[in-house]
Amino acid sequence: MDVHDYSVKVGGEAGQGINTIASILSRSFADQGLHLFAYQDYYSRVRGGHNFYQVRTATFPVYTFSDRLEVLVALDKASIDLHAGELNSGGVIIYDQDIKTDNPGQNALALPMAALGKEHGGKAVMGNSVAVGAAWQVMGGDLEILENTLGRLFQKKGSDIAEANIKAARAGADYANNNFSGRCRCQLQKGNRKKSLVLTGNEALALGSLAAGCRFVSSYPMTPASGVMQYMARQTHRLPLAFEQAEDEIAAINMSIGAANAGARAMVATSGSGFSLMVEGLSLAGINETPVVIMLGQRPGPATGLATRTEQGDLLFSLHAGNGEFPRAIFAPRTAEEAFWTAAEAFNVAEKYQIPVFVMSDQHLADSYYTMEPFDLNKVTIDRGHILDDEELEQMKTYHRYKITDSGISPRAFPGQGGKCVMVPGNEHMENGYSTEDPVNRTRMQDKRIRKHRSLSGEVKPPESYGKNDPGTVLLTWGSSYGACREAVDEANRQGEKWQVLSLPQLWPFPGKQVLDLIGKAKRVVSVEMNATGQLGRLLRLETGRQPDLAVLKYDGRPMNAGYVLSQVEKGGVFPW
Amino acid sequence: MVVDVKEYDLDREITWCPGCGNFAIMDVLKNTLAGMGLSPHQVLVVAGIGQAGKMGQHFRTNTFHVLHGRLLPVATGASLVNNDLKILAIGGDGDGYAEGGNHLIHAARRNIDVTYMVHNNMIYGLTKGQASPTSEQSIKTPTTPQGNPLEGLNPISMLLGLKANFVARSFAGNKEQLGTILKKSLQKPGFAFIDILQQCPSFNKINTFRWFKERVYDINEEGHDPADLEQAFRLAQEWGEKIPTGIFFEDPEPKPGFREAVLGEKDRSITGPELNPLDIKEIIEEHL
Repeated sequence: MDVHDYSVKVGGEAGQGINTIASILSRSFADQGLHLFAYQDYYSRVRGGHNFYQVRTATFPVYTFSDRLEVLVALDKASIDLHAGELNSGGVIIYDQDIKTDNPGQNALALPMAALGKEHGGKAVMGNSVAVGAAWQVMGGDLEILENTLGRLFQKKGSDIAEANIKAARAGADYANNNFSGRCRCQLQKGNRKKSLVLTGNEALALGSLAAGCRFVSSYPMTPASGVMQYMARQTHRLPLAFEQAEDEIAAINMSIGAANAGARAMVATSGSGFSLMVEGLSLAGINETPVVIMLGQRPGPATGLATRTEQGDLLFSLHAGNGEFPRAIFAPRTAEEAFWTAAEAFNVAEKYQIPVFVMSDQHLADSYYTMEPFDLNKVTIDRGHILDDEELEQMKTYHRYKITDSGISPRAFPGQGGKCVMVPGNEHMENGYSTEDPVNRTRMQDKRIRKHRSLSGEVKPPESYGKNDPGTVLLTWGSSYGACREAVDEANRQGEKWQVLSLPQLWPFPGKQVLDLIGKAKRVVSVEMNATGQLGRLLRLETGRQPDLAVLKYDGRPMNAGYVLSQVEKGGVFPW
Repeated sequence: MVVDVKEYDLDREITWCPGCGNFAIMDVLKNTLAGMGLSPHQVLVVAGIGQAGKMGQHFRTNTFHVLHGRLLPVATGASLVNNDLKILAIGGDGDGYAEGGNHLIHAARRNIDVTYMVHNNMIYGLTKGQASPTSEQSIKTPTTPQGNPLEGLNPISMLLGLKANFVARSFAGNKEQLGTILKKSLQKPGFAFIDILQQCPSFNKINTFRWFKERVYDINEEGHDPADLEQAFRLAQEWGEKIPTGIFFEDPEPKPGFREAVLGEKDRSITGPELNPLDIKEIIEEHL
């Protein structure tokens, strides 16, 4: 099979249907057995503006986007003006015939989207499927696969609607076949993947939480985290799951704390400013040892910042948030597939150690589509830690929620269980939960909580290396920036370099020793992050004394890819510390 | 089942000032719960911060003693998860009407299955005497040294405006009335709100026990029908020489409680130590 790597950009105003076109194309690429990475770039507005959706599909796994395009599907003039220059030589523009534009060149197809949509699909809005059909034809896709995909995607809305979309796509393909006189370098292969899942990071986080038996979600809408809560809200009719849209994020985290202490696995999803409001509640979960999972989808701050854009600016914030000192865990999945497993595991860590657990993503991971093998649900384990059963409780004279143990973990019970009362406080407290200001008790209780950090440190998800052994250059990274680093390392190594990515799926407790071992004798450590101050590099120094030699940073709200990493390293990077 | 009120006793030092209204309120609450045949483990108290919030530390039940103003969201979460517990939220006027004001609006809107007692002494006690949202105009406190420029908030009128499920006011000096109202509120599904006037002998030298005692009267004894919202509004505006207490409003067409509204079929338990992985195969297949 020939190897190929193609990118399609669909651009237009908000509300024009670019998501529909791009998501049908994405699903169709996956159904043709290909790998996929698709990301969205959108403004904080409901109508108008210029948004795009870029789909990369290849015969091998892809982790980030390309700078260059093979096909541009333009629904507005801005798409041509802004993105035509991104086309590779021989790239094709497919544009809506209604766009008034100067001759966009020979390799272009003016497509009467609305007219064909109306004629063949019954409605002008079917023009979206006309565009899909035309793009598919120009790229040399198998029309039968596209038709099957459309049938499946629209079946939910009724077979007449599915049929109308198929007809419209067929009309678009025919039109391209008869009217496109240029050449397209794409010849879509049939990949060898049987069935793959197509999921965004947000969808994977939600599915992982459901798989873990999450029973309670309370959240307040905020981009880019809304996708997680909305996905879960959609499942409440068929699963034993409660979702409540709180009046604010303060209420959201407190509701989850109430639910968790009453016995449910509970979580919140939020972004920067929303999490700022949760900080007080986080601290409460710290002292009363409540397992609560916080899905933190990052976007650029400070404050409202860039509402629909991406950044990794809240690592040190989530690590230090909350008054007082208490243990926590911070995970940062690097891909959507990892997001599923991380979310599932986060609930186990939260309950086992009775601590707040962060699962950090960012807009780029949250909204991008990835392909992956279907999950083996048998591999999802549920470990609720030490919970007493009714019989054990009945035999006790009184139950002590905060019993001092070697591990720092006290056996849990829920109110009323086994005829016992449970005291869950926000004040410093004795083993039975009642408050005291006794200094000896205070020290013992704080030691007990901090001991959980030590126990937790023993089972941190290890950092992972990818690339050449004994590397000269190590790219140290986390979260979605992993994709750009991985492909940058592949490219550098193809050019004869010895590079490696060292990425951390879990950032707290910080696996300092393992990171130092993996850095080994590398000549150069480059911290690669989507922020302005090199937070992971700073954390490395704080925890190990070792400092990265330079940083590649990006904080314009737009994601980085391999090309950016390579060019910045070549320029010598920056030194933000 | 008969429950001995002594089961609610805790062998702990009580830190309230002598003469505090909280003693009477706690006494009534313990007797009411025991009188209803409820054992301490069947009750959950979610307490806020302030002298009222300390009540959770002074008698035996399940207790979540949480952050200032946040008791209602915590109670909301707990009430959705566990339907077997009788849940009370207990806090003061600063806790409920200042820090927790937003949550109060939405707890009433949601109709959470919780009885909410606000110990309203019209002053901050635990932080030593500052003005509260219900403090009277012109009262001098450490934060209103020239006299409070604002009129006090009218919580009864506010809750009636929200058409809350059950709206009542009582007085710590009228234990019989408080007991009757508490019992009714606990028997009623959905949200019950009770503003409890009480003296603060240490910091409120104006609204004293005697001041209240001379003014309060029972609107139900005088014939107010709790189904009559308009009359309730008129009565709620009264404050000064005479202070109306009693049940102002009970929704004659009760809405479903929050748990029923959110979870639908009651048998869908989302609680307990038993946890089976949710069957999400069907959902995942939608992404294939």
